[in-house]
Amino acid sequence: MTEEKVGAILVVGGGVAGVQAALDIADSGFKAYLIDQSPSIGGVMAKLDKTFPTNDCSMCILAPKLVEAGRHPNINLITNAEITGLNGELGNFEVKIRKRSRYINEEKCNGCGSCAQKCPVEAIDTYNKGLSDRSAIYIEYPQAVPLKYIIDREKCIGCGICQEICKPGAVEYEQEDTEATLKVGSIILAPGFESFDARLKTEYGYGRFQNVVTSIEFERILNASGPYGGLILRPSDGEIPKKIAFIQCVGSRDAQLGNNYCSAACCMYSIKEAIIANEHVPIELERTIFYMDIRAYGKEFDAYYSRAREEYGVRFVRSRVANVEEDPLTNDLFVHYVEDGEPKTEEFDMVVLSVGMRPPKNVEKLAEVLGIKLNQYKFCQTDTFSPIETSKPGIFVCGAFAAPKDIPESVVQASAAAAKATATIASERGKLITIKEYPPERDVSLEEPRIGVFICHCGINIGGIVNVPEVVEHAKKLPNVVYAEDNLYTCSQDTQVRIREKIKEFNLNRVVVAACTPRTHEPLFRETLSEAGLNSYLFEMANIRDQCSWVHMHEPEKATEKAKDLVRSVVAKTRLLETLKKPVTSVIPVGLVIGGGLSGMTAALELTRQDFEVHLVEREKELGGHLRHIYYLPGSENPHEMLKSIIKDIHENEKISVHLNTEIVNVEGYVGNFRTTIRSDGNEKQIEHGIIVVATGATEYKPTEYLYGTDARVLTQHELEENLAKDRFSAKTVVMIQCVGARTKERPNCSRICCGHAIKNALKIKEVSPETEVYVLYKDIRTYGFKEDYYREAANEGVLFIRYDDEHKPKVTQENGKLMVLAWEPILKTWFPIEMGTLALSVAVVPNHDSERLARMLKVPLTKDGFFLEAHVKLRPLDFATDGIFLCGLAHWPKLIEESISQACGAAARAATILSKKTLEVEGIVSYVDEDLCVGCGLCISLCPYGAIEKDERGIARVKEVLCKGCGTCGASCPKRAITMRQFTDEQIIAQGLAVLRGAVCG
Amino acid sequence: MSFEEPKIACFVCNWVFGEEELATSRVRKAANVNVVRVMCIGRIDPVIVLQTFMKGADGVLLVGCAPPDCHFVEGNVYAELTVNVLKKLLVLTNLEPERLELRWVSPIEEVRFAKIIKDFTEQLGKLGPSPLAREKRDVNILENVLAAKNAVTNFRLRALIGKEKELTKSVNAYGERVSCEEFNALLDEVVEEEFIRHKLLLAMKKPFSVKELAKALNMKPAVVLRHIVNMRRKGMIALDSVEGTTPLYKAVEVR
Amino acid sequence: MVEFEPKIIGFLCNWCSYAGADLAGVSRIQYPPNIRVIRVMCSGRVDPVIVLEMFADGADGILVMGCHPGECHYLEGNLYAERRIKMLKRLIACTGLEPERLRLEWVSAAEGSRFADIVTDFTNQLKSLGPSALAGEKPDENILSCVRAAERAAGTSRLRTLVGREKKLTEEENVYGEKVAQEEFDELMEESVKEEYLRSRIYLLAKDESISIEELTKHLSADSEIVLRHIVVMKRRGLLKMDRIEGDNPLYTALEAI
Repeated sequence: MTEEKVGAILVVGGGVAGVQAALDIADSGFKAYLIDQSPSIGGVMAKLDKTFPTNDCSMCILAPKLVEAGRHPNINLITNAEITGLNGELGNFEVKIRKRSRYINEEKCNGCGSCAQKCPVEAIDTYNKGLSDRSAIYIEYPQAVPLKYIIDREKCIGCGICQEICKPGAVEYEQEDTEATLKVGSIILAPGFESFDARLKTEYGYGRFQNVVTSIEFERILNASGPYGGLILRPSDGEIPKKIAFIQCVGSRDAQLGNNYCSAACCMYSIKEAIIANEHVPIELERTIFYMDIRAYGKEFDAYYSRAREEYGVRFVRSRVANVEEDPLTNDLFVHYVEDGEPKTEEFDMVVLSVGMRPPKNVEKLAEVLGIKLNQYKFCQTDTFSPIETSKPGIFVCGAFAAPKDIPESVVQASAAAAKATATIASERGKLITIKEYPPERDVSLEEPRIGVFICHCGINIGGIVNVPEVVEHAKKLPNVVYAEDNLYTCSQDTQVRIREKIKEFNLNRVVVAACTPRTHEPLFRETLSEAGLNSYLFEMANIRDQCSWVHMHEPEKATEKAKDLVRSVVAKTRLLETLKKPVTSVIPVGLVIGGGLSGMTAALELTRQDFEVHLVEREKELGGHLRHIYYLPGSENPHEMLKSIIKDIHENEKISVHLNTEIVNVEGYVGNFRTTIRSDGNEKQIEHGIIVVATGATEYKPTEYLYGTDARVLTQHELEENLAKDRFSAKTVVMIQCVGARTKERPNCSRICCGHAIKNALKIKEVSPETEVYVLYKDIRTYGFKEDYYREAANEGVLFIRYDDEHKPKVTQENGKLMVLAWEPILKTWFPIEMGTLALSVAVVPNHDSERLARMLKVPLTKDGFFLEAHVKLRPLDFATDGIFLCGLAHWPKLIEESISQACGAAARAATILSKKTLEVEGIVSYVDEDLCVGCGLCISLCPYGAIEKDERGIARVKEVLCKGCGTCGASCPKRAITMRQFTDEQIIAQGLAVLRGAVCG
Repeated sequence: MSFEEPKIACFVCNWVFGEEELATSRVRKAANVNVVRVMCIGRIDPVIVLQTFMKGADGVLLVGCAPPDCHFVEGNVYAELTVNVLKKLLVLTNLEPERLELRWVSPIEEVRFAKIIKDFTEQLGKLGPSPLAREKRDVNILENVLAAKNAVTNFRLRALIGKEKELTKSVNAYGERVSCEEFNALLDEVVEEEFIRHKLLLAMKKPFSVKELAKALNMKPAVVLRHIVNMRRKGMIALDSVEGTTPLYKAVEVR
Repeated sequence: MVEFEPKIIGFLCNWCSYAGADLAGVSRIQYPPNIRVIRVMCSGRVDPVIVLEMFADGADGILVMGCHPGECHYLEGNLYAERRIKMLKRLIACTGLEPERLRLEWVSAAEGSRFADIVTDFTNQLKSLGPSALAGEKPDENILSCVRAAERAAGTSRLRTLVGREKKLTEEENVYGEKVAQEEFDELMEESVKEEYLRSRIYLLAKDESISIEELTKHLSADSEIVLRHIVVMKRRGLLKMDRIEGDNPLYTALEAI
């Protein structure tokens, strides 16, 4: 008996990874349940101040994603809940969940916050990491999704005041925990991580010394909405510190604590915190980072690290700090450490502990309930070639739970998990999603504007300060306003019904709501218009709460005047609003993958698992790329066997057309409808497809230094690997030099994989020839995550690691047939000679020479180093700014096998969000060109970051509406003012301004 | 006036003595006792009591109907709660809590009333004059009492007083009874917090640093900082400026 | 006397600064009620012509706010806004209106207090600056005509193209494959602004009635030779024509744009 599969997926954990996974799932035709044990989603990222290496404001980039997840018709948010049981198998799971009571009816709570204002009980604010207090009825943070309050039952004394205050009647003290069973086809685990409990590292004094804080507390301190309003203060006395020490590897790389792994993100976040800190004080701050190795292995991280040293004046001290002591009178701190063999003590005003990542709390229970295996550190067990799969079929993993990692890699894995989870139930696509039907739209183009204005009291939030009835009277007198009323809560369900009735009764063709912010509420009211048969763009909001009543609480009269102005201003704009159509384009459900290496092949296979056809284009005569040169891995897996099986899968797959020896000649079209010309053996051919995945890989740097090419004993690590694999190795002494061609002036960044590669080969040498001496000359050993285990193993096996810096680079000579290296010994401060049989160079990974050509064809950018540059390094690591083009593998940046696989799967998931749709519909707020005015100068084309404007056959600008994101920069620049934004036209904006300045609606 | 005759403000429940009885009362005629009739002693506003102290009363006596005689059924219970909070506050202000007493009399028990006055007078005699009654008033204590008055004006404290009986004698919103100890612990915490915050607020008419405030109020700077953080969150104070490495805060003027 | 309450128009980008303003509200941070916010999707949307139109209509101050550099939701819209404001300030300086009345600030979604601080500071600044010459019942006619000229200049192809190309010219390269130094570009911009402004003034003066070079020179307090040079250019571009000659003086009149 074959049971039907279920077209829904459960995502466990609402951090950035879980949210991304849920969005990808829901956008490609499946239902997603997103469950989180916290009262709101957002996870750790919602607590961060800025993100590296771009210094983006964390909340600015995350909040829109959270809002999107919160409003998505196919994402069901289940917060404050946990998993209690699991039955069934892949395709047909039954998950038991318990939703803990919020004591708040989520349907009724509108997040106005009156309750929290009046709550007499204060509790420690865990969102601010205990540095401030909140009330017993609370939301975690102001932008919380869902914006529903919760009662802290531990602290609440049940006084009943919140219930008395709450006008919508959302407080339900009698509410109980509820149990439910979800039917899903597959499951994604994204429960994230816990910060290491710094108390366990007693020698650093956290918990005893007030001015020792953790890095996550420091994030809150830095944050403008944090406890200190964005000023860095010492918790002991509220003074601004002058000297801050950052101590790395607290709870990481610490065998004593049993946490041997590296937490992978701490070096970078500390550098970021050190850089940013200076912007948060009015003085020049002395910042010192105590570290063992700086692991700046990610995209352009080393450049950031250099800037920290050179531009931002951050001091780096290579030393493991022994302990921290406090002066009990001043609460100043003494940091004891050893540098270059000498014990030293230095005084600081504040110490920040860079705490590592631990597996999430209660993870063993979760693993038991789900039946998945954990590794020795209690993170999720995965393999190199299946980095997304847990030990149980149908359950996938992403984010820090798989291994400590930073945000972009979590996002990559989240998309990858979405690909894997949806592929298992691809046959069920579209079966469980809801598509809302609306009545046909009324044509209002010939009607005079008839505006209805609805003004919200928001309980007492607006009405308590602004004289709402007076504003209603004002609104009634404005031109074209045919109806105005006030509501206790304009956002409530019954008011939506009322708005629809009034639209009918007064034949309204435009609606204005004066209430809170359009950023959260505009979509709701737009939907109400659609339900009433009005075009949803015939709507505007006046923000008379967040930007009026709440910020002028002591000036009710002026607030009322301002509210009138704001309403009048918006009415003036609304008169000029026009019906907008959402641009639609068809989608060819075929993918083009450029590059037949591991990433390209994986992406192609994943797309076929989603039931899409794929063209796989490879420049060389065979598939496999870089993986063909990898003979063994530190674990037990055999890369060659894996490669063979993948290539076999590709060739046997009917949905994949493989084009070998083939080049891309030309790319035309846009998302959904690309037309690409390929050339093979001089024959050109056109293929049509809806998306493009760039997986063109990278190449190895060909060294000119260290006698490479002149002495046959000098090899690259790959050549050494080949010798080792083919029994051609015999040296008594092997020296490895790291960072050859990387971290130099010309190529400032780290190639990420070479440290691991060197250690892999060193271990292999020790395995096949234990008596061979192996030296590794390095700058920093960057074995991040669980790779640290191999580093330790190599050290235990007797591999000698000797650090060098740019002033003391190794010197390689050949005299009388002897191959010698002079290496600098940093502790003895002396050069010493080593004679060697083999010198292995860990060379940089460099971009392909023809990346630039491809980039030009695709109209996508490259980084300074020449790698492809994604849309956003933090939250859109797989997309390009140009819609419909995705990126994975070494073409993005050097990376390991498992990372390439994750990226390739992720790119497939992102692509599926487009390919799964018959037609793409985008936001209607796009630019348009007045063809009579346009002279075809092309300025707008060069300004548009999305490639959304082109010249038509007459040489006149034409907007590719599906690509336009509606920023309006083109319009503000057009020399002839021929191009403008719909919904934000010059006329509309000016009308808004004049209504304020002249006190009347004109025109 | 010798200190055998401390100034006493006596708030008497309307239902204990009628206008006529009071008019003829010996107590009424005593020069040092100022008797004020109120509708129900349970409705006495704590603000008024503290204002009376600020005006220089050596003692405040609240006289209500002996339970269970209250005309407003449970007014006297609320009076107890109010006095409880007021005494907590008086301790914080450095004014002796014995300067405030609540006594019960049954209607028309004039003899007993006289006795109460006498006893209270003696009690105050031992304490000596109020530091707010002297020629030179103790400005620190005066400011403390003002802070206490502002604290009881605040919603948070009033709400708790208002809810105490319901929570401890009956059941709370979850249908559970809050133990008196638990409630008292919370009340102590809130009284202290609100008192300190209002003291800080009074101090901060001009810009102050955390360290200066801590010194002036004899508190730990870390505790002051915590209050500053919370008061900023509630919009009571704002950052004024930063001098060198020292942020200065001031009270937000409510226009 | 009632204290002067400046009228401020704020153009806020949807993603960062508008969100920051909302956060100020959620955090109940109080600031003066003088600002009226107009939401735009990106600070890069704010057309210089719109800004000048607001000044002409009596705004005492205009605050344009966007995401911090590098944080723009639309990648670089805020940087274009910055270049435009730079150009605008040059233009406003020509009109006799105080350029401080226009301010560009970056506010992130997490910076509610920064938003409030900026609005407070700007309001106070404008209070000490006093009302705009164009505010109220009786705007200064002279300055008004100057601002109208600036508005017209801001709409010209030349200035708009220059601003739009600034990044390409100074950061990438021009058509000859050369990079233009920022100082060089700034000089070019300054010159172009002045020229376009003067031409716009001439155009507007000649629009109402025919006017002689002498009168123009007087109005513009400019050198007659310069005025003549501009007239030549403007005639060539079809913006002016000679209407008639009175005595020895040719009178010019503006042509409606085609």
